[in-house]
Amino acid sequence: MQMKDNILVAIFAAVILTMPIWAGAVGAGYPDLLQKFAIFGLFAIGFNILFGFTGYLSFGHAAFLGVGSYTAMWSFKLLSMNALPAVILATLLSGIFAAAIGFVALRRSGIYFSILTLAFAQMCYNLAYSVLTPVTMGETGLTLAADDPRIFGGAGVEAGGALPSPDFFGLSLSGYNGFYFAAIILVIGFYISVRLYRSSFGLMLLAVKSNQNRMNYTGLNTKPYLLSAFVISGMYAGLAGALMVVIDPLAGAERMQWTASGEVVLMTILGGVGTLLGPFIGAVTIKYFENIFSAFNDAVLNQIFDFLPDFIQVIWVPFASLFVGKGWHLTLGVLFMLVVIFLPGGAMEGFRLLKEKLFKKNEDAAETAKAGGTE
Amino acid sequence: MFFKQQAGLHLILKMSTKQGVKTLGDMKVNRRSFMKGTAVAAAGVAAPSFFTRNAWGADFVNNPGDAKSVTFGFNVPQTGAYADEGADELRAYKLAVKHLNGEGDGGMLNTMKPLSLKGNGVLGKKIEFVTGDTQTKSDAARSSAKRMIEKDGALMITGGSSSGVAIAVQNLCQEAGVIFMAGLTHSNDTTGKDKKRYGFRHFFNAYMSGAALGPVLKEEMGTDRRAYHLTADYTWGWTQEESIKNTTEALGWTTVNTVKTPVGAGDFSQYITPVLNSGADVLILNHYGKDMINSLTQAVQFGLRDKQVNGKQFEIIVPLFSRLMAQGAGDNIKGILGSTNWNWALQDAGSQAFVKSFGQEYGFPPSQAAHTCYVQALLYANACEMAGSFYPPEVIKALEGFEFDGMGNGKTLYRAEDHQCFKDVLVVRGNQNPSSQFDLLEIVKEVPAEQVTYDPAIFGGELGPYKA
Repeated sequence: MQMKDNILVAIFAAVILTMPIWAGAVGAGYPDLLQKFAIFGLFAIGFNILFGFTGYLSFGHAAFLGVGSYTAMWSFKLLSMNALPAVILATLLSGIFAAAIGFVALRRSGIYFSILTLAFAQMCYNLAYSVLTPVTMGETGLTLAADDPRIFGGAGVEAGGALPSPDFFGLSLSGYNGFYFAAIILVIGFYISVRLYRSSFGLMLLAVKSNQNRMNYTGLNTKPYLLSAFVISGMYAGLAGALMVVIDPLAGAERMQWTASGEVVLMTILGGVGTLLGPFIGAVTIKYFENIFSAFNDAVLNQIFDFLPDFIQVIWVPFASLFVGKGWHLTLGVLFMLVVIFLPGGAMEGFRLLKEKLFKKNEDAAETAKAGGTE
Repeated sequence: MFFKQQAGLHLILKMSTKQGVKTLGDMKVNRRSFMKGTAVAAAGVAAPSFFTRNAWGADFVNNPGDAKSVTFGFNVPQTGAYADEGADELRAYKLAVKHLNGEGDGGMLNTMKPLSLKGNGVLGKKIEFVTGDTQTKSDAARSSAKRMIEKDGALMITGGSSSGVAIAVQNLCQEAGVIFMAGLTHSNDTTGKDKKRYGFRHFFNAYMSGAALGPVLKEEMGTDRRAYHLTADYTWGWTQEESIKNTTEALGWTTVNTVKTPVGAGDFSQYITPVLNSGADVLILNHYGKDMINSLTQAVQFGLRDKQVNGKQFEIIVPLFSRLMAQGAGDNIKGILGSTNWNWALQDAGSQAFVKSFGQEYGFPPSQAAHTCYVQALLYANACEMAGSFYPPEVIKALEGFEFDGMGNGKTLYRAEDHQCFKDVLVVRGNQNPSSQFDLLEIVKEVPAEQVTYDPAIFGGELGPYKA
């Protein structure tokens, strides 16, 4: 079992780390989008530890993302431009935060739990947006300033100089470096999630998902397990938030909004709840749509459909343009509906069905061949 | 192209299938599937035509080199509270590209002085453009600007309809070494505290609004007034409140209270009720877009404008006005004072030329957002032509201290110290008897540029280096 998992992680790592090479083929080969794949992939994998393993649907995970971002930003402003303390502090603080929220929210389950987390996240968003503005800078967003009192690595910037950018022990983290940094953390995060899934702790979470009452009747207290899962997935979210800031030093309150919480739910469902790879696939799909389809405009469409006869093109292009550009949400909505109706298990279920079909054919063929042979 | 993408997508799906299969834990990973995955990765290597990494190898970001065309990035809000402004900005940009490439009637290229452009693109290269949606969110705006720079090879980014977004994108462009021509942004910070070497603003700012409104307010409302501010809670609201407060207090007014309201609040009644009993006789709404439409409408519904306080008629002031907002607020806007950057009713040759070609193209007059964006695109192109190069430090030097005329607002200076344009500012009033659905603002006064000019030192900030 462990060998198989190790191979899975190794292949995952290989695919992720070679992304800059092959993602160009689908028009996604530029640093910003690849960084997003890695960061939101990590966010979704962490979210899956709660939602996928225990079945507890949190609608407030964006709050931890925001906490992570603000913490990392303050670490840059006050401590050092090195990404390591920022990432560690953000993970820890969002973990503490998650423990506090989880302690209260986990007193309920099902829809009540979802509503509680949603309420907490919305509270956090409003605090960041208009109450704690000295800490978060509200709508404007928290950014680096020339007069940041940095303890390590030179406070302030000489007049007329450029603002510093985050680094990893001197290695700049812009462009592809930033992607590799996030990708390595993603692979580590994925490995941890696989190990958790296979551990007895993971088994306990799955048991909670299948029947919590029965667990309770056996005299087992499930709360600590649930709280741990909540905290772990909150830490993943905080880590993802920190990575967003490492790659682009700006933290805005809008990343804590409920739409951001909803997005990670969509990612997980689209890819496959409770599967190991599904959430990552969902994250990549949504970010791909958001960045590539939203950039299409009529000119691009005309170019694509240039091969069509003119009279069809004239009708088809305006119709197609409803689904791209600012209408990309429509495409995503249609895709989401199709997945939920026909593949409730997400993309991963699709792959499984596909595999079954292919293999069944092979087996049938083999059987007939065998039958023919014996005759 | 599309089919290639499709094929690529298919490859990815196939590859994921392989992995997906494994996660389910009921199939052995055999050597064959592993080899297949590797083969796909290798196929990716063999598709170098999509390889964008070499874009960074040039001596400056997105150097067009020998290419026949250059790409501009138009980053405007297409969804969200400022979508109306964004749509108008995009129209203006498309018109500007047309004119720069020598198509259409040329618009302001016929009136701009001094003019280096020849109507054949920029430095002989045709202009192409890519668009992006800022969603009026800093995160989304930065990510779409990054996509334009990293993937589409945009040489210049322009647009935006919120100061928060403008400042965020301006910071990004400074880091990336790409020039940012700000669209509609009115906060003092954009060219004050947060000014950047690579950022330029043609639009006026809150300080100039205050300076222009001051004398008119004194004339119309006297020197003994008690003002109450409702302020959008972000950089633009803060600086506008500060500027207007300074102006009115210099007139002798007292400020009763200043209350911050969240952006996009929708319902402002909880903020307006306290105004009634505060003893204030002037309400100043530092709101923009849909917020302003809502707060003004609700203030009028609460009967503020019919009230007499301290023996004076209660007045409402909206320091930053636009025609699009006036359209939304309907009758409530009538008689309300404010300031604006530009209005289509201006009679100078530049404005007329622009209104004419915009009207021919789209069938209605442009908004102030459209005007500033159109002018910004032309100014950038002109600066490249002046510099004889696309190399950003040279283009920046050409723009710094550039004096021009014939683009509306009279003689204009792009000040070198803070990259802010100085030009005439309009004080306007909601038209009592509009002659058409677009004739909503009546120009009260054209305040000359000298009256709104200030010392760049008052806001602090540093432009930063020429070489990013």
